This record gives sequence, C-alpha cells and structure tokens, in this order.
Amino acid sequence: MHTIKDHSFENRIFLNRIIASFCVITLLSSGLIIRLIYLQIVGHEHYSLLAKDNSVKIVPLVPTRGMIYDRHGKVLAENTPSYSLELIPEQISNMDETLLGLQALLDISSDKIELFQKLRKRQKRFVSTPLLLSMNDEELAKFAVSRPYFPGVDIHTRLVRHYPYSDLAAHIIGYVSRINESELKDLPISEYRGSTHIGKLGIESSYENDLHGKTGYAEIETNVQARLLNTLNEVNPDPGADLYLTLDIDLQKTAYNALTGFNGAVVAIDIKTGGVLTLVSRPGFDPNPFVVGIANDAYQALQTSENQPLYNRALRGLYPPGSTVKPFIALAGLEYEAINPQQRLNCPGYYQLPGVDHQYRDWKKGGHGSVDLNQAITESCDVYFYRLASMLGIDNMHSFLKQFGFGEKTGIDLIGEKTGLLPSREWKLAQKKQSWYPGETLITGIGQGYLQVTPLQLARATATLANQGHVVTPFLVDKIVRAHETSPGPEKHQDTISLKQENINTVIDGMINVVHSSRGTAKGINTHINYQIAGKTGTAQVLGIKQNAKYNENSIDFKFRDHALFISFAPANDPKIAVAVIVENGGHGGSVAAPIAGQVIKQYLKDSYEN
Amino acid sequence: MKTETRHEHFEPPSLLGTVLRKLHIDIPLFIGLLLASLLSFVILYSAGSQDMDVLIRQAERVGLAFFLMTIIAHIDPYQFKRYSTLLFGLGILLLIAVLIMGQIGKGAQRWLEFGFFRFQPSEMIKLTTPMMIAWYLAEHPMPPKPKQLLIAVLLIAVPTLLIAKQPDLGTALLVVSSGAGVLFFAGLSWFFIAAIIVACSALTPILWHFMHDYQRDRVLTFLNPEADPLGRGYHIIQSKIAIGSGGIYGKGWLGSTQSELDFLPESSTDFIFAVFAEEFGLFGGLSLLTLYLLIIARCLYIASQAQDSYSRLLASSLSFTFFVYVFVNIGMVIGILPVVGVPLPLISYGGTSIVTLLSGFGILMSIHTHKKFR
Repeated sequence: MHTIKDHSFENRIFLNRIIASFCVITLLSSGLIIRLIYLQIVGHEHYSLLAKDNSVKIVPLVPTRGMIYDRHGKVLAENTPSYSLELIPEQISNMDETLLGLQALLDISSDKIELFQKLRKRQKRFVSTPLLLSMNDEELAKFAVSRPYFPGVDIHTRLVRHYPYSDLAAHIIGYVSRINESELKDLPISEYRGSTHIGKLGIESSYENDLHGKTGYAEIETNVQARLLNTLNEVNPDPGADLYLTLDIDLQKTAYNALTGFNGAVVAIDIKTGGVLTLVSRPGFDPNPFVVGIANDAYQALQTSENQPLYNRALRGLYPPGSTVKPFIALAGLEYEAINPQQRLNCPGYYQLPGVDHQYRDWKKGGHGSVDLNQAITESCDVYFYRLASMLGIDNMHSFLKQFGFGEKTGIDLIGEKTGLLPSREWKLAQKKQSWYPGETLITGIGQGYLQVTPLQLARATATLANQGHVVTPFLVDKIVRAHETSPGPEKHQDTISLKQENINTVIDGMINVVHSSRGTAKGINTHINYQIAGKTGTAQVLGIKQNAKYNENSIDFKFRDHALFISFAPANDPKIAVAVIVENGGHGGSVAAPIAGQVIKQYLKDSYEN
Repeated sequence: MKTETRHEHFEPPSLLGTVLRKLHIDIPLFIGLLLASLLSFVILYSAGSQDMDVLIRQAERVGLAFFLMTIIAHIDPYQFKRYSTLLFGLGILLLIAVLIMGQIGKGAQRWLEFGFFRFQPSEMIKLTTPMMIAWYLAEHPMPPKPKQLLIAVLLIAVPTLLIAKQPDLGTALLVVSSGAGVLFFAGLSWFFIAAIIVACSALTPILWHFMHDYQRDRVLTFLNPEADPLGRGYHIIQSKIAIGSGGIYGKGWLGSTQSELDFLPESSTDFIFAVFAEEFGLFGGLSLLTLYLLIIARCLYIASQAQDSYSRLLASSLSFTFFVYVFVNIGMVIGILPVVGVPLPLISYGGTSIVTLLSGFGILMSIHTHKKFR
C-alpha cells in the first residue's frame, strides 16, 4: 500500500492535466459558440421567418377509439358524435374573464374549469380544447346567442364514448374519463397529444393501449388570425383496435335481472375455453356520466351508498364459500384415500373432537342419519365433512384446494382482482402469530372460518372440476381486431391437476343428485331440461351464532342474514358452462341462488338442447 | 507528508476578511454562483409565464442550497476523505432500495419517500462517486496503474448502471463523467484514455441493445428530429427556431414568443436556455457562457491550489463535471447533442439538482478555506 509517492512528479502531472482540461473546455465551448453564431447570425433570417405567426404549425389528429363488442357482435362501447364547447387559447385575450363569462352563462362547475385549465397547459395554444362535453339543446341555444361576445370560443362536434347497456356491464367494460394530472406524467406525450380521455376501469383500462390507437398529425399553415390557410402534410392517425369479448350480453342481462332485489354476483364461464360469459356484480352503475365528467354530488352518492355500486363484487368481493367447497373436499378425501365412497357414517346432528366439549353443529337439527359420500354431498351433511376434514388435516386441504386456484388470482384480463384467502398453518403463524387449532380444520371443511373466495375464483374452480382437472383460466377479450390483422386475446396457461377419473365421477354424481334427486338441496331447478345439471348449494354465515342459540331468519336484520351460494355446471356428461352465484343476505343457496344459476344455464344451452 | 514552507507577507486581517474566513466562503466563487442564481429568477419569471409561485418555490430551493453549501464549507476536507467509502456505500444501498421500491410500485421511480420530504439517492451519488474514486486513487502513487484503473472503472460502473436502470440517462452520464474526471486528473495515461474511448465506441451497439425504447427514440429523434414532430423532435425543431429568431440582441426580456407558445412545461426546466437565447440573443448567450467559464476557472484554480491528492482530485473532478453539465444541456438545446434529461445548472427550475450542485461548490470552498499552510 504505502509505496513512496513522488510529490513533485505528481504535482507536475496534475498541473499538466489542469491545463489539458482547460484546453478541452475551451475547445468544447468554442463548439457551442460556433453553433450559437450559426443559429443566431447566419440562420437568424431563416428562423425568424419560421417564427412568424403565419407559419407552419403541427396539430395532432386524434385517433378514433376502438369499439367493444360482445360474443355475438352486439355493441358494448361506441363513439357517438356530440356537441362540445371548445376554446382556442391563442385567440382569447383574457382567459380568466372569458371563463368567468362562460361560467355565468352556462352554469359550469368549477371542477370543469379546473380540468380545462390543466388540459390547456399541456396543449399548444392554437389547439382547440374542450371545456364542456355533450352540451344539451338549452346550452347550445344559450351559447349561440352570446357567441359574438366570446371570440375564440366555439361549438365543435366530438366523438364521445357511449355505453348502450349502461349499468348492465359497467363493471366489465369500465369507462373512459378525462385524463387527470397524475396520469399525464406517465403518458407518452406525443401519443396522447390531443387526446382528452383515457380508460379508467375495466376493459377500457386494461386494454387502453389497444383501444387508443396511434395519433397522427397535420402540418398546417395559418395566418395571423390563426385561420387555416393550407394543409401541407398529413399523417393519418391509426384508429384503435376493436375488441370482441367472450361476454354474452343477453346472458349477462338475464343474470343481472335475476339478481333484482339483492346485492351479489353471478359468474359464468365457458368451460372449454375459459371465456367469461357473464360477470355480473349487482348493483351496477351507469358509466356514461363518467365520460362527460360526473357531478361531484352524484359521485359522492355512488361512493357512499351502502350497497357499494362501484365495487366489483365478482372480482373483489370476498365471501366464505360455505358448503360449495364440499365437492372439492370430497375429491381431496378420495384422492388422498382418506375415505372410500361406500363408507357410511352416522350423523347425529353434531360432531365433537375427542376430549372437547364443544359441539360442531350440522345445519339440520337431529342430523342426517347414516350417509355415504354421495348422500353427504346431496344433502350437504356438515358432520360428514367435519369428520373428513379432520382425517385430511389442514395441510392436505390447503395443497389440494390451491391446485383449483383458491387463494390465488385467476389471471383474468381485468385489473383489480383480489386474491382471496386459503388458510394454512404457515399463514396463521405469520399473520396471527398463533398455531393452527384442530377446530379450525373442521370449519374449513365446510367452507367457513378463514377461507375466503371471490365469485370468479369459485366459478373457475367449478369449471376446472367439470373440465376433469384441466385448469381453466378465465378471460374476457377473445379477439383484438385491427385494420390489417386480428390477434387473439390474452395468453392462456395450460395446466392439469392429476386426478383419478373414478373419483371425479363419484363427486360429480353427488353434485348431479343435488339437483336431480328428491333429497337434493337444489331440486327446484331440474324442470324443463333434457340434460343434467351438477351443482352444490352453500350458505355462508355473516353472523356468528352462539353455542346454544338458534338462528332464526325472520327475527334478524336483513344485513346479517346468511349469504346464499350456488356453484354448478351443465350438461353434467359434457360440461359447457360453469356458473357461480353469490346472493348477499339471500338466506338459502337452494331457494335463492340456485334458481339464478338455473336461468343462466337454461338460456345458454337453449339453442343446443332444444326439445 | 512533506513539509512545505511558504513565505508570505503578514497582513493585518481586515474585519471583512476575518468574517469571511470564519464563514469559510470563497468570495469570487460565491459572487459567480449568486449572479447565476439571480439570473435564474429573471429567466424563470419569463419562461414560467410570469407565475410568482414558480419563483417562490425556486427561491426556497436556492435558499436551502446556499445554506447547505455554507454548512458543507465549514467541514474540514479531511472529514470528506474519511467518510468517502461509507457515503459511497450508503448511496449504493439507497439506489438499490429505490430500484426495489420501483419494482413494487411499478414503473420508474427515482426517489425515496421519508414522510415529509423526498430524497433522490442518484443526486447524492453525483458527489459520492468522485469522492470514492478520489479516495481510492489518492491511496496509490499517481498516475494510476492498470489494476487501479480497472477497480476505479468497476466502482464507477456500479452506481452508473443502477441509475441507468431507473432509468435516468442524464444523471448516469454525469456520474460517469465525475468518476472519469478523477481518473483524468490523476494522470491516467493518454494511451488508456484513447483505449477507453475506442472501447466505448465499440460498446455502443451493446448499449443500444440494453436501452429502453424511449431512450432509443430520443437518440433517433436527435438524428432525425422530423421523425417525431409531436414529441421530442418538436422540441428540438422549436428550440432551434426560438434561438435562431433571437438573433444577436434578442427580443428583450419577456419578449419570447416561440418558447411561450410551444414549450410548456419544459421551457422552465431542461429547455430554459432556448428562452434565454431568444430573449437575450447571442449577446446574452455568450455572457451566460462566460459566467459559467469564470466559475469553472475559479474552481480549477481552487483545485490547483489544493494541498493533498484527495482534495485536488475531488476539486478538479467537480469543476469538470460542472462544465459537462453546461455543455450537455446547452448542446442538446441547440441541437448538437441528443436530448438527455440534464438541466441547465443553477438556472433551470426545480429538481434537487441545485441542492447537489451547491453542495459540490461547498466542498470546493471547504478545500480552499481549510488549508493548513498559509
């Protein structure tokens, strides 16, 4: 390390380098100076000419946003012409005064003024910038009269996004709305010059890049009054791609209407492809006001409503699956050889862990008597599944249910999906700092406790079961159609759970009996069909019930009533559609949720199974 | 250490002289910086559409920066040397933290949030990299041997790559030049310098491969501005028009038309030189350049008077990097360099860059005012 340093030598080197750097700096600075002289003396005349007002300006040509269609080509999102009030800042001598005048004339809210101000700052001063969108006749008339007092302000026609099905598919399609300030920072400037709207939710947001298109431009020559003299060169915009969804809007409508009077979700999936046929979250909301700028109080009303219409229950709602988890637990029991299907078990109406007083109750007072696996599914016997759960243990249940996508995002092409919760020993230790209790294994076996699923996860798991363990990945966009090419929607993952055919058949037989046997919990929906539906009802507790108390539906508040659930697929021997229904505070799965699924299935299969 | 004796006339210290010595402020440098900062307000008022809020926010930052500079000037340069490695390591860790946060938060992120204020580790790296390289090279006899060159290059490469990944090409460039500056002033042989330049040109295609799309776009736009007339190309075309139309004497203060019309929001930040040159013409542009060169000359003088290897390497590198700042910004605005996000030092609005810059000058003042032998 400590080599002797020769200081005078080092000094000499250093001073040489200081001189050298001075030379470099002088040389480079001369370069700058020469360039400045070139621009400001030699080029002065040329650039002054360009700088004059009657020179070439470049205006953006905004692309038309792509349309969105359902699987049968019905329009879900379109662009309709509408009148807008627009200002050209360059032609307005006193902007504040003009805005105040317009505000007094047309009753424009101050958030709209604020938005306009922000929009104006990023546009060039000669670009026409909208202040009001979708003007009504009264506003048009009022402005027409006063127009001479507002130079630089004019009425234009613009294409405005419109959603003909309003609240029916708002949670799927989403909406476009004015670009806000934080979005501005991340957007490519040249691509969005001239654009006023951007997808904020749903398909409009997740497929923004495809729908938006590519901005073109025109080089125009104008005179001092900024009147167009001549268009020199034009590069046309590329319109946005059209999207074709897997959604069946008529089926969506059926499901949506079937939920009338309740909050809840209905998800139907095409089992063969994974294409989502319906994704209902009720209540919905009308997305159209968001396009032109929703009034503050209307937005507040949506936000604070007890029914939470802006909340996508199908994707983000977390519910205990209740008994709908039983077919999966039964399959786990068979796969891990914890039971055989013929084995019978006596159900006295409750189950007790050895050495513990606590009684884990069956939903049926007095019990189901002696049941085998098939009957346990058909009648939804809790005691059978308490026993099975305790034989399997939480570790086996966790790893088996995980394969069906519980506790994981489904990967659908929408933003905002929730993960749900598939509990495990490790999870509890990490989150609750507690070890796992045997009693928690039992209630997990009947879909209560920590277990939480989204309606979409439930539909996916059902589809995967119906599909013989070939994992189904739900998606919404089937085709992206551009001018010269059509590309498929999102990439689909192929994955298969290894399961024994006979075990799958045993469980499906039980699910068929749920609908078609006289003791089945959903036997009400087996009419008017010439195929079989396999299903499973579920009831999820909202309120904990004390050990000796009795649950009386009529005596408790509506919002504490149980959630009703139903999962199903059909036809049982050649599954095409899987449906999951959750009706918040619906009470019973069999009487409330199952008929909704029944309607959806019957309508979907009507054409292929006509009598 | 070798003893050095200098014979100077004893002068009775004047009151002002005493105060200034106590403050550890170098008067010529201080006056230069103050002039540039005042000029910044004049231009910002015009470029920022006469918005007083912009001036107030800028004044807050400049005030903080001058305060910090004075504090740093009080610290003995020996302390910088002592903590060079520690600060460098800390900077690298913070850079990694930013990258991880960016991964979690999606998209580009350059700062860390500390409750009420934001901190950009890449700004700190602009100072700690030359400190680190100066410390390392000062430990060995000069000029640096191939082994030291190799280690120094690695030490520069780590923060540079981390910053380039953020991605912030402008800052990465400044970090490289601050580190390379130290090597240059340490007397790296001309043979190696030539070799590095050749190697870098050979690496260009590889670098191209690793660039983000938008960075490639910028280079392509530079080569052919007409290709993207709505985006970056528009800025280059328009800034040339603005500067050219300014002529010799300019259109006068608040007289710019081009920049006013077209550059918002960048007329206050990276493209502020275009506004300046349009309003004050060639005359103004040359005056500003002269002011910069005077500041740099004073800094190089300070470096030449520094008493130990570490101080002189650090001082000279900081001076040179300041020039790189000026050259790259003006070069891009007048269309001879690609558009990389480097502000015009001391003049551009915003950014934490002014704080870092003046901290650097604080180091220079500290070196100049803490000499052991007078």
